[in-house]
Amino acid sequence: MRSFARLYAALDETTATGEKIDALAEYFRHAPPRDAVWAVHFLGGQRPKRLVGAARLRLWAAAEAGIPDWLFDESYQAVGDLAETITLLLPDTGVSSDLSLATWVEERLLPLRGQDEEVQRREMVRAWRELGRQERYVWNKLITGSFRVGASARMVERALARVSGLSEAVIAHRLMGAWDPTPEFFARLLAPDDQDTDTSRPYPFFLAYALDREPDALGDVAEWSAEWKWDGIRAQLIRRSGRTFIWSRGEELMNGRFPELEEVAALLPEGTVLDGELLPWIGASPLPFAQLQRRIGRKTIGKKLLAEVPVVIVAYDLPEQGGVDVRQLPLDERQARLAVLLQGTASAGRLRFSARVEAASWDDLRLARSHAREMGAEGLMLKRRSSPYGVGRRRGDWWKWKVMPLSVDAVLMYAQPGSGRRAGLFTDYTFGVWEGGKLVSFAKAYSGLTGDEIRRVDAFVRRNTLEKFGPVRTVKPELVFELAFEGIQRSTRHKSGVAVRFPRMARWRTDKKPEDADTIETVRALLSDAGA
Amino acid sequence: MTLLRLTDRGLYCAAGDFYIDPWAAVDRAVVTHAHGDHVTWGCNAYLTSTEGFGVLGTRLEHEASVQGVTYGEALNLGGVHVSLHPAGHILGSSQVRVEDAGEVWVVSGDYKTEPDPTCTPFEPVPCHTFITESTFGLPIYHWPSGPAVFDDIHAWWRANQVAGKATLLLGYALGKAQRLLAGLDPSVGPILTHGSVERMTEVYRAAGVALPPTRHVGSIEDRADRLGALVLAPPSADATTWVRRLGAFSAGFASGWMAVRGARRRRSIDRGFVVSDHVDWPALLGAIRETGAERVWVTHGYSAVVARWLREQGLDAVAIQTRFEGERDEPATGDP
Repeated sequence: MRSFARLYAALDETTATGEKIDALAEYFRHAPPRDAVWAVHFLGGQRPKRLVGAARLRLWAAAEAGIPDWLFDESYQAVGDLAETITLLLPDTGVSSDLSLATWVEERLLPLRGQDEEVQRREMVRAWRELGRQERYVWNKLITGSFRVGASARMVERALARVSGLSEAVIAHRLMGAWDPTPEFFARLLAPDDQDTDTSRPYPFFLAYALDREPDALGDVAEWSAEWKWDGIRAQLIRRSGRTFIWSRGEELMNGRFPELEEVAALLPEGTVLDGELLPWIGASPLPFAQLQRRIGRKTIGKKLLAEVPVVIVAYDLPEQGGVDVRQLPLDERQARLAVLLQGTASAGRLRFSARVEAASWDDLRLARSHAREMGAEGLMLKRRSSPYGVGRRRGDWWKWKVMPLSVDAVLMYAQPGSGRRAGLFTDYTFGVWEGGKLVSFAKAYSGLTGDEIRRVDAFVRRNTLEKFGPVRTVKPELVFELAFEGIQRSTRHKSGVAVRFPRMARWRTDKKPEDADTIETVRALLSDAGA
Repeated sequence: MTLLRLTDRGLYCAAGDFYIDPWAAVDRAVVTHAHGDHVTWGCNAYLTSTEGFGVLGTRLEHEASVQGVTYGEALNLGGVHVSLHPAGHILGSSQVRVEDAGEVWVVSGDYKTEPDPTCTPFEPVPCHTFITESTFGLPIYHWPSGPAVFDDIHAWWRANQVAGKATLLLGYALGKAQRLLAGLDPSVGPILTHGSVERMTEVYRAAGVALPPTRHVGSIEDRADRLGALVLAPPSADATTWVRRLGAFSAGFASGWMAVRGARRRRSIDRGFVVSDHVDWPALLGAIRETGAERVWVTHGYSAVVARWLREQGLDAVAIQTRFEGERDEPATGDP
């Protein structure tokens, strides 16, 4: 626990990505695999389930600190974080624990689940007394299930790649999907590349940047493939070992929710992975995204809903065929194989091929794009015909060319109550984008959500307030929204260095995690597009 | 009948006709210490400790009438006995003891009980009524030991040297900067100062406080002379273009507020070091206890919280509203 607590402190002390990766690599190089795998688990974004309620923790910590509950609450107001408040209130006796991280997690933390209150209390107090101050903070963070420390999953992957000598792509792939934090898994994670593929595991999604200039700058249009950009859920459909897995981009396994897709997926040949957009679709066109939301999160689906909101996958890529990873083949080749594959699959139109929008010039594509809204599409995707299927978000080969190019995925950082009709509800939001490992506030927006969505965000704000400054609440950075705006300009008045015109919430991206939100670089790249 | 009362100009002693740290110009002001929120220009006469005479002089116009009195020496102001006693906050900081007809009141000003080589240590003064500050009056505030913090600062400084960065250590120009200076090891590297820090440091040296050698950063022409240096600057400096002259640097802030992670992160600095010139929670309660006071007025900071806690311990305690700010985690305007 001592060395993990030191790592945690080192990550917290620096804002430089390079230094964080150094600290992570240093830890992974020396930590026993049994500990290291838990570090990967937690730092990679897996949250420990909350084992003990916050109200009880407050009570027990106040008793242990010898202060009344009201004084605990005053302290909490000043600190804004339960784990840290407890850490600061308990006496620092100078002890430190020799037990390893794995021992703490496996023998002390996980067994708390389902214990009766008295056992939990005794175990918590025992742990507090055995741990040094920084260790206690980490322990409390594990207990309260809020483990953010400014180290992203990507940084963990880069550190592991450095330690193992493997590529980031291999590490990222091996970390996809479900795995148990065991030393055996850690050994497999760092083992030489043997093209292994776990049955259920998806490929890291290759992501596109928003096009930040006129497409003519991309060169000869003949080198590019254009497709409609649909507004659904990015998904991989996997058929291996006679089983089907549907993964969202947020690495969520969506099996059971889309039975019509699983039914036709069984027709695919063994060892097939499709990448595409999961959409509600009737006849020749998609339904609005809001319709899809009726299906998201629902595990049992009635016949009526199935008939009203049938779902398809518009497939645009084929990372695996015949059990072979074909991501390095040129897009042209993958598309051709995909077309043949889908033609030969009697999927009743549920597995659709994302056809090219044919064009002889960029102007042809401009014209096509101007009809995107009528098609129910968001714009066009532009992909270099020679491009491999990469890992993560890379500039150069894949571009989103949306009808409304000025939009950014941002994280809700602050909320404050509205006025008038919206008094008492948290309706006025400040959003941030990533700069290094930190969020920098970027725009305020008040409109665009439905009444129901506002109530859900309001409830989230109340449950996830980290700090209060007068009426303004700092909230846990968790919710992602697509912000749309009309213009963007440089500004010295804003911390982000940009000011946007008429920002509003285009959509609540429940399918995205905060780390999927855009970066300040992406936002600044829009400046040139807007001629600012 | 209360010996002191709170007026719209500050704490006032009617029997002796003087104010303690008034926030508007009055005829006679007793000044606990020279921080901006405790000194008002334009009073006819000021009383301060002999030790604090020099630093107060930097805050006032030349023609102001300032009288210095040594710690413990009793003066008679309109029949009331007034004496100053060391508060350990900064050079010359005082508690004010006021006695009339056997009734004793003490105003703490800002104070700390931790050792600080740059000023006379705090002395408990028995009294009936104690008026205390409460800047860090929450049980989350427990200061780490001074030597441990300086070990951290030195380790950070050395790591910055290895990384080829300058070290920018932020702290108030008056008091905090000199206390930091006294704890720094000049063998690690050169110590440079921001102009306002250099000015106050000269005043400390003139008062006989031994401090390691410093150079004003502006006097250094050659970039090479800044290599490996630690630069002491006021908290506002890191938001100005002034820092550009340092090249690559790592910034740390020395303040009691740095005990809390959120305060550290809000400032976007690399490191926070917990060094405060105020009492932490246990020292605050200890100091109150040692006065033997039955009645406590609690001012600037977490006054309501501390007053409630004291009442629960059986004391007669109330929170009073003053305009003092104590230590702030944002740069104080007008405080060089």
